[in-house]
Amino acid sequence: MNSASEKTTGASATGDALLSVRHLKKSFGENEVLKDISLEVAKGEVVAIIGPSGSGKSTLLRCATLLETFESGSLAYGKLIIAENNDKGEAVYASKAMQKQAKSTFGLVFQNFNLFPHRSVLHNITSAPMSVQKRGKEEVFAQARLLLARMGLSDKENMMPCELSGGQQQRVAIARALALNPEVLFFDEPTSALDPELTREVLGVIRSLAAEHMTMVIVTHEMFFARDVADRIIFMEGGVIVEEGPASDLITNPKQDRTRAFLADYTA
Amino acid sequence: MVGMLGEGFITSLQIFFLTLLGALPLGLVVAFGRMSRFKPLSLLVQLYISIMRGTPLMLQLMVVYYLPYFGFGISMGDGYRFTATIFAFIINYAAYFAEIYRSGIQSMPHGQYEAAIVLGYSRPQTFFFIIFPQVVKRILPPMTNEVITLVKDTTLSFVLSVPEMFTQAKAIAAAQRAMTAFVVAGGFYYVFNLVVAFVMNRIEKKMDYYHE
Repeated sequence: MNSASEKTTGASATGDALLSVRHLKKSFGENEVLKDISLEVAKGEVVAIIGPSGSGKSTLLRCATLLETFESGSLAYGKLIIAENNDKGEAVYASKAMQKQAKSTFGLVFQNFNLFPHRSVLHNITSAPMSVQKRGKEEVFAQARLLLARMGLSDKENMMPCELSGGQQQRVAIARALALNPEVLFFDEPTSALDPELTREVLGVIRSLAAEHMTMVIVTHEMFFARDVADRIIFMEGGVIVEEGPASDLITNPKQDRTRAFLADYTA
Repeated sequence: MVGMLGEGFITSLQIFFLTLLGALPLGLVVAFGRMSRFKPLSLLVQLYISIMRGTPLMLQLMVVYYLPYFGFGISMGDGYRFTATIFAFIINYAAYFAEIYRSGIQSMPHGQYEAAIVLGYSRPQTFFFIIFPQVVKRILPPMTNEVITLVKDTTLSFVLSVPEMFTQAKAIAAAQRAMTAFVVAGGFYYVFNLVVAFVMNRIEKKMDYYHE
């Protein structure tokens, strides 16, 4: 593969894209989990990633959020290049300082919330803006209370996470991610740990963020939600992108047999 | 008698608090060495822990006291008795504390680290803001055990003739040819440990403001 031409295409493609992933390959030992994934997300776009378990969706998200390192390919947030292939086709990561800078451009919402159990709801939201972004206490607390109000949790600010329902905890986790003012928000199966009613609460919040054109990448098993909220859907299986396209097209009129088979299982 | 025992008790308290003051932070450093990904360091620390746990504290006290003279021909003077005692207690208890810290740190769910990393916390921030406060809550019960053992272990410093309470009690008992002093000293130790247990219990309750 010619790496010089790779770089030029990469650079031209990052023009508008908030997130740009190119030719990403990731293995766990012998097991190749991501096989040459390329993906771009434009500002204001909502992208849903669907696919069976073990298809590499979560690993892709974890690579993009720097929780996993990948062996080959490139990753950029806007003009900030986080990893790029060298001449041998191995991904080389940018300095820790640049990675830290990139971390303030994205947020991640986990499947099992991962709130800090020893901190109150309010402190879960305010601690990173203050200790990581070094923002002023008053401004951070004011923003946190606004976010809680948006999440419908104004009366819960002094509670501990263990006193909240799963849906409330996940909404706090979304507020915590938003408090850092990210440009793009990732969701890793945000409702998989929730029952249908609590799922509805959380999806409602994500829907309202989409209405405000928050850039989001959502790994989900909620097909109808993906269809309604996402601009674009990506169907992954076996570490590759099998099909991608406008949300309603892909759900109602999939072109690939594998996509059709997967959707038939889910929407039956 | 009570006056002499009281003086001894003060010395016992000094050994107790100075050991905690040294061994609690040192134990954390040792735990990090034990968990280091740099193998030689980790192995060295494992050897240290295994020696500290595998040999009697009484013997360690003697080694620390006699090593400067018999090992290097250096005379340390009489004040060294107490210093040697504190030093031996600290390095011994740090080894035990280190293993308790390690158990607490390694029991933390990985998601807590990941959440902190994604929020942009540096590694020290992640440890001190997110991980350590939760570790403290998890390790309080085994720590209480160790601290209670420490109260009783202070009696071992009698092998270096440090005038702590047990050394005094032994001297009084020998002079009076009666074991009253031992009984009174026993009462002191027992009450002190009641206080320790009560305080630790209060801390545990205080940290019970959240569940996972």
